[in-house]
Amino acid sequence: MTLTPVLTDTWDKDRSWRLATYERAGGYGGLKKALRMEPAEIVQAVKDSGLRGRGGAGFPTGMKWGFLPPPDGGPRYLVVNADESEPGTCKDIPLMLASPQHLIEGVAITSFAIGCDHAFIYVRGEVLHVYRRLLSAVEEAYRAGYLGKNIQGSGFDLDVTVHAGAGAYICGEETALLDSLEGLRGQPRLKPPFPAVAGLYARPTVVNNVESIASVPAIVANGADWFASMGTEKSQGHGLFSLSGHVTRPGQYEAPLGITLRELLDLSGGIRAGHELKFWTPGGSSTPIFTQEHLDTPLDYESVGAAGSMLGTRALQIFDETVCVVRAVSRWTDFYAHESCGKCTPCREGTYWLKQVLHRIEAGEGAEGDLELLLDLCDNILGKAFCALGDGAVSPITSSIEHFRDEYQAHIDGHGCPFDPSASALFPYTPKTRTPGALTGAGAGGH
Amino acid sequence: MTAEPVEQPTTKTRYDAETLASLTTDATAIMARYPDPRSGLLPMLHLVQSVDGYVSRDGILFCAEMLGITAAEVSAVATFYTQYKRHPNGTYTVGVCTNTLCAVMGGDAIFDELSEHLGVGHDETTPDGAITLERVECNAACDYAPVVMVNWEFFDNQTPESATALADKLILGEDVVPTRGAASVCSFKQMSRVLAGFPDGRADEGVGAGAPTLAGLQIARERGWTAPEASAAGDADGAAGQTSPPVGTPGSSAERKPATASDASVGKDKKPGEDAK
Repeated sequence: MTLTPVLTDTWDKDRSWRLATYERAGGYGGLKKALRMEPAEIVQAVKDSGLRGRGGAGFPTGMKWGFLPPPDGGPRYLVVNADESEPGTCKDIPLMLASPQHLIEGVAITSFAIGCDHAFIYVRGEVLHVYRRLLSAVEEAYRAGYLGKNIQGSGFDLDVTVHAGAGAYICGEETALLDSLEGLRGQPRLKPPFPAVAGLYARPTVVNNVESIASVPAIVANGADWFASMGTEKSQGHGLFSLSGHVTRPGQYEAPLGITLRELLDLSGGIRAGHELKFWTPGGSSTPIFTQEHLDTPLDYESVGAAGSMLGTRALQIFDETVCVVRAVSRWTDFYAHESCGKCTPCREGTYWLKQVLHRIEAGEGAEGDLELLLDLCDNILGKAFCALGDGAVSPITSSIEHFRDEYQAHIDGHGCPFDPSASALFPYTPKTRTPGALTGAGAGGH
Repeated sequence: MTAEPVEQPTTKTRYDAETLASLTTDATAIMARYPDPRSGLLPMLHLVQSVDGYVSRDGILFCAEMLGITAAEVSAVATFYTQYKRHPNGTYTVGVCTNTLCAVMGGDAIFDELSEHLGVGHDETTPDGAITLERVECNAACDYAPVVMVNWEFFDNQTPESATALADKLILGEDVVPTRGAASVCSFKQMSRVLAGFPDGRADEGVGAGAPTLAGLQIARERGWTAPEASAAGDADGAAGQTSPPVGTPGSSAERKPATASDASVGKDKKPGEDAK
């Protein structure tokens, strides 16, 4: 399978982030074409393309747009979820740094298609230069008449507001994002009603991921069939695959859905020299881990799901044999405990206790029965939490116990971790003796 | 029930007149960006940090007065988000990613080294007020691990040595240059003003992408790989496709020919999903 640069195609150009660079590469051709179409035609084209949400859930994008009730004369909103924070996920941030106009054009087309005249881009606050680039891109687009009043003489008006978050993973959950955008604590809302019916300011709202929206201009410009000619039967199109960890050349690889990790490793120079693959995440830390067994699993929504995980955000975090799976999972659990918003009991209390148990196993103080305790805790969170954060928190634990139960047991039986953490690092170092409380920062701050 | 509060003619904040006037002007501009002014609260808290260096008591009162909500309501929001600081922040926040991937690649070692070198722990500030050290969560730069953020600008592929050298420069007040970001790192207060939505005119500084961001594109260029031609789809005239292509159309994985050695040699006896338990 060959790589298919679409979103990445302009990233190596001089001043790739500027509007002029984007226009020279054919940018805004999609918008010009869209403005001559009926909005319903655009929605249909996106449905036909098979584009599914690139933010992790994989819900068909056009269908999401189609859920909006008929216009009632009041406002309807597009909110772009640019709160990329899932551990391992690193595609939207480089996209917005290198080519923010790709996203802005997608915002303009989508807004026209769904009848929105004020769109929002909610970007996490921890990426200063990305926020600068987005603000500047919006300004350039206004000046060129791609945003603002009577866009390209079409009579269509659109304002775009770029909004910086302030550090909270949960705001990547679409209803928490909406609460945050309304100036509240970022806590998920009960669904239904779904945002399509009652979203931002209780008005019909579409919330889409950056990569999903950035994929729209080429679909409109080149046609649904063009997009669907890439990928598999049910997972169509191109996607950014983000390789990180113990690979020779980590980075962004834009390929048709359905490519395998083996193929991607071939392209990226393989596992770092002298080492072998131990475990990996197909779509971020919230997706159950895979092992060598899954090297040939096609990375599309169906195949990854059938193999027991989720395609998620195609965040392929690669860990070689030097990595202690207990340490990896324990740290992810710190993250979920830190980021649990506190709204529901199973997640708030459950992640807290998961963290305690994992810390003691990691420190060699685990007791017989701790693995059963962990699994029991997981069972009390999975499917019982208010939003998907709780489900995500248990994924690495249950999947790693399934694949590496012996390694957990060795920590308990041997009263310590059998791994040398410095062997996993990219540079030699002598681990320092941690003072009690040295770990307190991990997952102890914030809310 | 308590009595209706009496309208306060003056502010409860202790800002001097000039600061208050300037804050009011900026906050008014922020609120005007949104259909509902309350949406301006997050940027307004960034604005407060740009003046006070943290979310101060006065800053909370100011936001409450501007939005006509209670100080408790503002505090509830301010304490939810990790970027809002409850104590005066250093001129620079140095954040070491210690989420799993960066941690195992060396982030833990970097944090420990920095912590020892600076004599402070997580969320603590050096006595000179230069650096607030933090463990940070995944910052979407995993292909550049281990990552350090200084005032939320990217310092990619760090080592304990590069990170301590970076910290030393910050303490001496020297400019430091992010790997992917502006030409130099601005102060915490300046950063906070940008995050409140007031551009500093530096968007064109720095690179568009680092090498890992371009890794796949570079291979595609070398091998002459491109996305399918638009015309091949026969849908360039504006009539949006009415049908989805059947399985097995050119380009679908069902029809693809072996392209790499692994296609031909490994796993060909497996169907998708066969690895499922």
